[in-house]
Amino acid sequence: MVEGSAEWSVSGIVETMLPLLCVLTAIELVSGLVLESFEATLLAAPSLLLLVPVTIGMGGNLGSVLAARLSTALHLGLLSFSPTDDRLAGNAVATIGLSLTVFPLVGAGAWGLTAFVGETGLTLGTVVLIALLSGLVLSVLAVVVTVVTTYAAYRYRLDPDDVVVPVVTNVCDVLGVLVLFGVYRVVA
Amino acid sequence: MTVREIAAEAYRETIPVLVLSAIGGLFAGLVLVGMEAELAAVPGLLVLVPALLATRGNVYGSLGARLGSALHQGVIEPTLGFGDERLNAAIAAALANGILVSGFAAVLGVVVLRVLGSESAGLATLVAISLLAGLLSGLLLTVAVVTVVVVGYRRGLNPDTLAGPVVTTTGDVVGIATMLVAARIVLALGGG
Repeated sequence: MVEGSAEWSVSGIVETMLPLLCVLTAIELVSGLVLESFEATLLAAPSLLLLVPVTIGMGGNLGSVLAARLSTALHLGLLSFSPTDDRLAGNAVATIGLSLTVFPLVGAGAWGLTAFVGETGLTLGTVVLIALLSGLVLSVLAVVVTVVTTYAAYRYRLDPDDVVVPVVTNVCDVLGVLVLFGVYRVVA
Repeated sequence: MTVREIAAEAYRETIPVLVLSAIGGLFAGLVLVGMEAELAAVPGLLVLVPALLATRGNVYGSLGARLGSALHQGVIEPTLGFGDERLNAAIAAALANGILVSGFAAVLGVVVLRVLGSESAGLATLVAISLLAGLLSGLLLTVAVVTVVVVGYRRGLNPDTLAGPVVTTTGDVVGIATMLVAARIVLALGGG
């Protein structure tokens, strides 16, 4: 049998995953503390509060999709870690393009939904600008974090699927909150 | 393939999932905005939001990936009636992980807030909200993930491409909505 019984026992699965989950939770608490320090701002500007989960989610998604694509390309021997590698460059360009497409729509959606239920706290233009700039900065950071993490996993012969996706997703989650507030402070 | 072709292909393959997850994220944000009263009544609850949302994605995303691979390899049967021992074990382990990590997040969150000298609700209140939210979201997400992966597989779809989008779109909404419900229940029972 290829599949060991420990791999499908409750305690086996819990013992394998729980330590990593606890580390990731500690990382995520950092973004929670940043949120808490901006609680008064968030409650005064509901559009910004509405942007929080979607910005966290998109940061993690951009990173995890790129990580999965690079890991597969590595497994297949299609990728080399060189600045002139076409596959690396193409995927990086796509990540930034995806972000620049989706984030302005997210900003407009956030403003529209907040306007629908009450006070927005910020103008439509401001919310779209905050979302667009956050998306741009976040996608560049997601590319850097993903490439560095994938390269590290490759160098140290760790399975990219097991390690890279959770680490990249959670680090990009934290960056999402930091970038959102950084951009808000510059714009507003 | 040129850089342009590679970028165009990656863009085309990813945009539907990102748009779906953006819609899910916006609705999660809407629930968060509707949670203002609870956030004010339970200091420290906001600190737990990113950790609890990430836990939903990490635990149930991994359950979906595990079930997808196992179905491909024929290790589990595509049944929905608790008849497959390995499927049951994977579900029980995901629920245990989800609930344990939620409790851990609350304890660690309260400790850090106390160390920093920030205001926080009582340890028991935050742990109770976290555990209850972990249980409720775990039950809902397990049903969603298992149903979609098993039914999709039976209909000839690739479970690997189904599980990710299901968790990213429903995970955040379910994650925040169950935090709101749990906070209301615990506050009604006298926590705070």
